[in-house]
Amino acid sequence: MHSLAEIWVYLEEQPLLWLTVTVGIFWLCQQIYRMAGEFPLLNPVLISVIAIVILLLATSTPYDEYFDGAQFISFLLGPATVALAVPLAAEAATLKRLWLPITIALSVGSLTAILSALAIGAALGLHGEMLLSMLPKSVTTPIAMGISDQIGGSPSLTAVFVILTGIVGAAVGIPLLKAVGLRDPVVKGFALGVGSHGIGTARAFEHSDRAGAFSGLAMGLNGALTAILIPIVVWLFGL
Amino acid sequence: MIASIAALLVLQLIGTIIIRFTGLPLPGPVVGMLLLFAYLLWRGGTPTAFESTTRTLLRNLALLFVPAGVGVVTYLKAVADQWVALSITLIASAVIAIVVTGIVLHLLMPRVARGRG
Repeated sequence: MHSLAEIWVYLEEQPLLWLTVTVGIFWLCQQIYRMAGEFPLLNPVLISVIAIVILLLATSTPYDEYFDGAQFISFLLGPATVALAVPLAAEAATLKRLWLPITIALSVGSLTAILSALAIGAALGLHGEMLLSMLPKSVTTPIAMGISDQIGGSPSLTAVFVILTGIVGAAVGIPLLKAVGLRDPVVKGFALGVGSHGIGTARAFEHSDRAGAFSGLAMGLNGALTAILIPIVVWLFGL
Repeated sequence: MIASIAALLVLQLIGTIIIRFTGLPLPGPVVGMLLLFAYLLWRGGTPTAFESTTRTLLRNLALLFVPAGVGVVTYLKAVADQWVALSITLIASAVIAIVVTGIVLHLLMPRVARGRG
């Protein structure tokens, strides 16, 4: 038992440590969330991220070292994205029937996400790179970073805003939609996908496969549409 | 399960290769998803084993975003000065976008489909 510190030093060099910590903390947060009756502010992604950030700061662990282990989890995002086709294919009939409402809701929602960020951000004194980096925050990270780069924002700041937006949507989206009287899983899923991309989609899949399918669809479509709309908005407002 | 994972990886790989050679501004996995979607529609259904693997993956999608979320730690200093304005903007804009999209879609849904779950 000559030193716990030595064991720590050994473990710290192993990618396994942070991989285990990530899965373990997430599992714990999920249990707490369920026990608390799915209270929105206890959203497992939100609480896990906060807990791990505190842990990294407390142990002075650089993010790169953490990511050496945690990357194995992130890697699965690729196959999971491909897998979104399965629930969507199961909804092909609904999709065909609702294509017009979906197209209109997508257009309005996409524009609302961009313009509300622009208006509120500008009113609160954000400007320049910070404001530009904020605009694509509702779409999935790789697309958002590309847009940010194109309009003179900072892609890495955008990545942060994207993640935070996703967490906000996942935490409060479904209770809010319920509060305004919307109960259809198609509506709930689609709205979450437009407003808070993949993290919202993850939340929608916890609700139901149907909500998840339409959330994944919304996320994909909004990514493509936002890439077209933002350069136009930037040009119109002379940003 | 292994066959399903292999299939997902192959599709992602094909998607990535297509992007590499066409320069389309899309992530590779999204192209993989479109290919799979087209295939499943053509085939007219999803094999049971494949469906159960993908369901497990998607039901646990939230976990996959945690490592990227922790990445926020590297920008704490950059956003510290303006954190109030940034938080209000992010929260308000997310809420507005979600509620507006939901209401618009609800209002446009054919009457028969409304409220049916």
